[in-house]
Amino acid sequence: MKFDRSARRKLWSHTMTVLAGLCALVALIPLGSVIYQAVLLGGPVLSLSFLTSNPPLPCTPSVGTSCAVGGIGSAIQGTLVLVGLAAAISVPIGLAAAIFAVEYRGRFLGLAISFTADVLTGVPSIIAGVFIYAYFVIYDPSIVFSALTGSLALSVIMVPIVTRTCEEALRTVPHSLREAALALGIPKWRTTLQIVLMTALPAVLTGILLSVMRASGEAAPLLFTAFGSRLGFQGFNNPINALPLLIYNFAESPYKNWIDLAWGAALILIILILIASVLSRLVVGRMVRRMRGG
Amino acid sequence: MNGTKMRVERLSAYYGKTKAISEISVGFPERKVSAIIGPSGCGKSTLIRCLNRMHETLPRTRVEGQILLDGEDILELDPVHVRRRVGMVFQKPNPFVTMSIYDNVSVALRFNGRHSREDTDKAVVRSLQQAALWEEVKDRVDAPALSLSGGQQQRLCIARALAAEPEVLLMDEPCSALDPVATAKIEGLVNELKNSYTVIIVTHNMQQAGRVADYTAFLYLGKLVEVGATADLFERPKERLTEQYITGRFG
Ligand SMILES: Nc1ncnc2c1ncn2[C@@H]1O[C@H](COP(=O)(O)OP(=O)(O)OP(=O)(O)O)[C@@H](O)[C@H]1O
Ligand SMILES: [Mg+2]
Repeated sequence: MKFDRSARRKLWSHTMTVLAGLCALVALIPLGSVIYQAVLLGGPVLSLSFLTSNPPLPCTPSVGTSCAVGGIGSAIQGTLVLVGLAAAISVPIGLAAAIFAVEYRGRFLGLAISFTADVLTGVPSIIAGVFIYAYFVIYDPSIVFSALTGSLALSVIMVPIVTRTCEEALRTVPHSLREAALALGIPKWRTTLQIVLMTALPAVLTGILLSVMRASGEAAPLLFTAFGSRLGFQGFNNPINALPLLIYNFAESPYKNWIDLAWGAALILIILILIASVLSRLVVGRMVRRMRGG
Repeated sequence: MNGTKMRVERLSAYYGKTKAISEISVGFPERKVSAIIGPSGCGKSTLIRCLNRMHETLPRTRVEGQILLDGEDILELDPVHVRRRVGMVFQKPNPFVTMSIYDNVSVALRFNGRHSREDTDKAVVRSLQQAALWEEVKDRVDAPALSLSGGQQQRLCIARALAAEPEVLLMDEPCSALDPVATAKIEGLVNELKNSYTVIIVTHNMQQAGRVADYTAFLYLGKLVEVGATADLFERPKERLTEQYITGRFG
C-alpha cells in the first residue's frame, strides 16, 4: 500500500477525531453516573404522595418501628417560594444594572457595575448566606431564619449572574439597530426597552433562567437563612425548606428513611432543572425562529 | 427658485480630538436632491449625521457651528424632535429584527404618537408604495422583516423613514449594498421623493450623483471644496481638485 501524504493526513485526522470523541465521553461520565445513581436510589421512593407530603420524623427500621415514608412536598414548595421571590427581587435589579452598564457605557457607574458583577459572580455562595445572616442578626434577629432571608441570600447570588448574562445579551444587539430607532425620533428609553431589549430577549431569558437554575440548586446560602423546616410555607418570616437544603440535611443523617428521601429529592431536583431547561430552549428557539422568519 | 431648507454654517465635527469635518458652510435647497461626494474618509457620513444630530450619539463627539433647519438652529432643539423632522436611511439595511414588515414601517407612528388603526394602515401602504416595495410584499406584510432580501430590506428602511413623514430625508450611501436592479429602483424613488421631500444623499458613485442630484457638494479631507448645480460641477468644475476627482485622476 502506498502511504502518500494525503493518506497520512487522513489517518491523523481520523485519529484525532476518535481521541476527541473519547474525551467527550470521559467528560460525560460524571454527569451520567450522577443521573444513574439518582435514578437507581431515588427512583424507588417516587410516588405521588412523595411529591406532596412533608418529610417524616427520623426513623430506622432496625429499631422495629414501621417507618413513615413521607415526602418532600415542603421542600418543593419551599424551593418554588424561595427561588420565585429571589427572582422577583434579582431580575429587575440585574436587568436594570445591565441596561445601565451597556446603554450608558462610558460613564463611570456603568464600568463600576460591570466590574462589581464580575467580582460578585466569583464570590463563594456560602458568603451570600453569611452576609445576609450577619446583617439580620444585627438589625432584625427575629427573622434571621426565614423565607425572606433565604430569598435575599439567593438574590445575592442571582443578581450578578442576571447582570452579567443580560449585559452580554444586550451587547450582541448591533449598534445599527439603536441608530435606526434613534434616527426615527424614538426616545432613548423607548429605544432601549422596546427595540434593544426586545431584540435581546431570547438571550436575556436564557440568562435569567440560568440564574434561576443556579439558585434552585444552592444549599450553602440557605444554611443560615432559610434554615429548613419539616413543614410547608409558614409565611415569609418563618423558616422554610428547600430541595438542596433537604438533600444536604438528610443525606448525611443516619436515618434510613431520610437518606432515601434525600435520593428522591435529588432525582426530583434534576428532573425539575431538566424540564426547565428543555422548556426554555423550546420557547427561546421558537422566538428566534419567529424573528428569522422560519 | 426654492428656498433653502437646511443650511450649515462653519460646521466642524470632532471624534474625540480628531476633527473630521472643518468649517463647512453649505445650503440644501428645499424639494431638491443634493448629493455629497468625495473620497472615502473625507467626512461625508460625519456631515450628514450632524444634520439630524446622530453624530452626538457616539461617545466623545462634539460639533461646532450652526445647523439651520428652516432658519432655526437644530443644536438648540430637542434632538428627538429634530429627528422626527429629519429622517435618515443608513448605508446598510437595519430593519428591526423582532418585527414584521408592517410593524417596521409603522414603528414611528406607533411609538411617537397615537394614530388610529386605519390611519396607520394607510400610512404603511403609502410608504411601501413610495419605497417601491408594496407590490413585492402586499401579500405578506405580517412576515418577519428578516425574510426579505437585502435590497428589499433597504427599501423597507426607506419606507420606515418615510412613514414618519419627515421634511428632510438623509441617505448615507443607500445603494452601496445593492445590485444594479435594486439600485435603479432606489434612484427612481429618490427622483419621486423630491416632489415632497428635501433629499440629501451621500454617494461614492459619481454616475449616481449625476443621475439623481440637482446639486452636488464635493468634500475633501473634511473640507468643502466645491458646491453647485450637478451639471455645472461635473462639466465645468471650478476647482482643480474637483476636476481631478470626477475624472478619476486623483492623488
Ligand atoms: N466613530 C469614529 N471614531 C473616530 N473617528 C471616526 C469615526 N467615524 C469616522 N471617523 C473619522 O472621521 C473621518 C471622516 O469619516 P466619515 O465616516 O465621515 O467618512 P466618509 O466620507 O463617510 O467615508 P466613507 O466614504 O468611507 O463612508 C475619517 O477620517 C474617519 O477616520
Ligand atoms: Mg460614510
